[in-house]
Amino acid sequence: MNIHEYQSKGILKRYGVPVPNGKPAFSVEEAVSVAQELNRPVVVVKAQIHAGGRGKAGGVKLAKSLDEVKTYATELLGKILVTHQTGPEGKKVGRLLIEEGSNIKKEYYLSFVIDRTTARVVMMGSEEGGVEIEKVAAETPEKIFREYVDPAVGLMPFQATRMAYRMNFPAAAVRKASAFMLKLYSVFIGEDCSQVEINPLAVTAEDDVIALDAKLNFDDSGLFRHPEIEALRDETEEDAKERAAAKEGLSYVNLGGNVACMVNGAGLAMATVDILKHYGGEPANFLDVGGDSTPEKIATAFKIMLDGGQAKGIFVNIFGGINRCDAVAGGIVEAAKIISADGKSLPVPVVVRLEGTNVEQGRQILKDSPIKNVIMAPTMEDGAKEIVRLVNESA
Amino acid sequence: MSILVNRDTKVIVQGITGKQATFHTKQMLAYGTKIVGGVTPGKAGQLVEGVPVFNTVSDAVKETGATASVIYVPARFAADSIMEGVDAGLDLVVCITEHIPVLDMVKVRRYMEGKKTRLIGPNCPGIMTTGECKLGIIPGNVQKRGRVGLVSRSGTLTYEAAFQLMNAGIGITTSLGIGGDPVKGIDFIDALELFRADDETLAVLMIGEIGGTAEEDAAKWIAENMPNKPVTAFIAGRQAPPGKRMGHAGAIISGGKGTAADKIKALNAVGIEVADTVAHIGETVVATLRRAGIYDACHTC
Repeated sequence: MNIHEYQSKGILKRYGVPVPNGKPAFSVEEAVSVAQELNRPVVVVKAQIHAGGRGKAGGVKLAKSLDEVKTYATELLGKILVTHQTGPEGKKVGRLLIEEGSNIKKEYYLSFVIDRTTARVVMMGSEEGGVEIEKVAAETPEKIFREYVDPAVGLMPFQATRMAYRMNFPAAAVRKASAFMLKLYSVFIGEDCSQVEINPLAVTAEDDVIALDAKLNFDDSGLFRHPEIEALRDETEEDAKERAAAKEGLSYVNLGGNVACMVNGAGLAMATVDILKHYGGEPANFLDVGGDSTPEKIATAFKIMLDGGQAKGIFVNIFGGINRCDAVAGGIVEAAKIISADGKSLPVPVVVRLEGTNVEQGRQILKDSPIKNVIMAPTMEDGAKEIVRLVNESA
Repeated sequence: MSILVNRDTKVIVQGITGKQATFHTKQMLAYGTKIVGGVTPGKAGQLVEGVPVFNTVSDAVKETGATASVIYVPARFAADSIMEGVDAGLDLVVCITEHIPVLDMVKVRRYMEGKKTRLIGPNCPGIMTTGECKLGIIPGNVQKRGRVGLVSRSGTLTYEAAFQLMNAGIGITTSLGIGGDPVKGIDFIDALELFRADDETLAVLMIGEIGGTAEEDAAKWIAENMPNKPVTAFIAGRQAPPGKRMGHAGAIISGGKGTAADKIKALNAVGIEVADTVAHIGETVVATLRRAGIYDACHTC
């Protein structure tokens, strides 16, 4: 789960990590009043969206007067911001962070992530701050330093000090930098983060160490321990269909195309998206309905795929393991009853491939209760080709 | 031979009184697995499917001589259950549970250091040695006995692949799903090492997916360490957009790393053929076996 920069900074502050003073604003008036309250010669007006690259895209403005704050807030609120992380469709700005300007001497990079290979939290730091770390990693990997954390003892002060020296902090800021790192590690552990990224981290003219930006991501599996983090969720940042699916316990990712699929198992679901594309289709989604799907859940999955007219055809690809094909087939029949007015049709072509446990019974159920538009496929390959052909024909 | 489990492996089920666990205990027993006990605190003395229940894993191990366990415990308690199995000195712990917090698994991996227990999972379908023993949720009817080893990050793709192999007349020694989480137990290289040491296994099918670099690491390891057993691969997630989690917690392309294209490239570079679509896994394995001259030896069913 992702949250906004201002929310991340609120959490950092709680752990004693230095951040610039500032507050969120949801309207122009609010932006001006926050700036007034800050009472600083320079304030920063920052668009709050769940994507990086905001600066380059014009989403971060320096204002030297309240009039300028008003101008920039008016310009940014409601604007569609397109960054290298948003995709071409961009993201609408609904919130701003109004923050005091900092007297920056130098910018650095600092982050914590989980390293899969060592199964440890790793702290990464670089003197190359304020730029994309992927670029640094590709071009000058020797400029990125790593400290692996033993979970039994946590990040050790000597590791933080070593990192501070390697990152080349000025002597007067080394102790502040290592203290910063130790506190940031506490945030990572305390809040079940999957990533904490401070880019840039700044040393100010006063040799203070401060988080100019902050990006916190959370482990979805750890959220049950943090209801206060769950409460920070901004639903306007999430795809409406993905949100609706998550609420029903369905694992769904919108891929934007028009050939939908409903599959059991995440791996097979990914592979089904791939095979649709392989045969020339534009996949609409990834959707794993799981192993124990009730007819109601399958009906919900159909509704989500069809919503807004996105799906022009649906490929149902089921390999019955413990969950049986007859149960899935029954689910499709029930779904048609729930979705359609006459109880026995679906609005777009639905190609069904069933294989595995109780496959014959499953096929029989679909034969016995014919649903308009539902076609059985003899194999997965045939099914994928068929749904792509049907969708392309209808276009 | 086979890897990790066989008809003699004595198994306990952690969380046996839960609904899923009870259902799968029945299935595992029906397959021939030697389930000798179950564990649920406070339920000692009960019987589940005729299997005695104990309060702790150490009690169960002491009474039954079990060497392996399979865990069906809710996510918030599952990491503790794994460590309990490790503490009891089990050789193998298989954890089916999905959605264990990653930081809990970081602790588990630290706790396992220097101990003999091997962990499969979490968030996995388990392991099945054909016709002898299964721990987990793999359906018993999708694979027949043979000479190919199967290791996969995905559950349903494991069954799908085993089924395609069965239809092509290719049987399996042992199949195991290593799970879809970013921090887990056995990884591809560990499984490949076990298959390399198993005389009955002549070839391996490896099914990977986006996220991390385990497939790239495995490709390098195979090139350097396993010249005599051909490997065929499949990678799911060619169309996955960056930054999106595709169902599994570990299936995410982040910072440009973990793409299917990179994995396929690394595998191809060391001569491993990767099936172009999920529908062609079976025939790609057959082609590899023919090229290696072991098709007849592997055509067992």
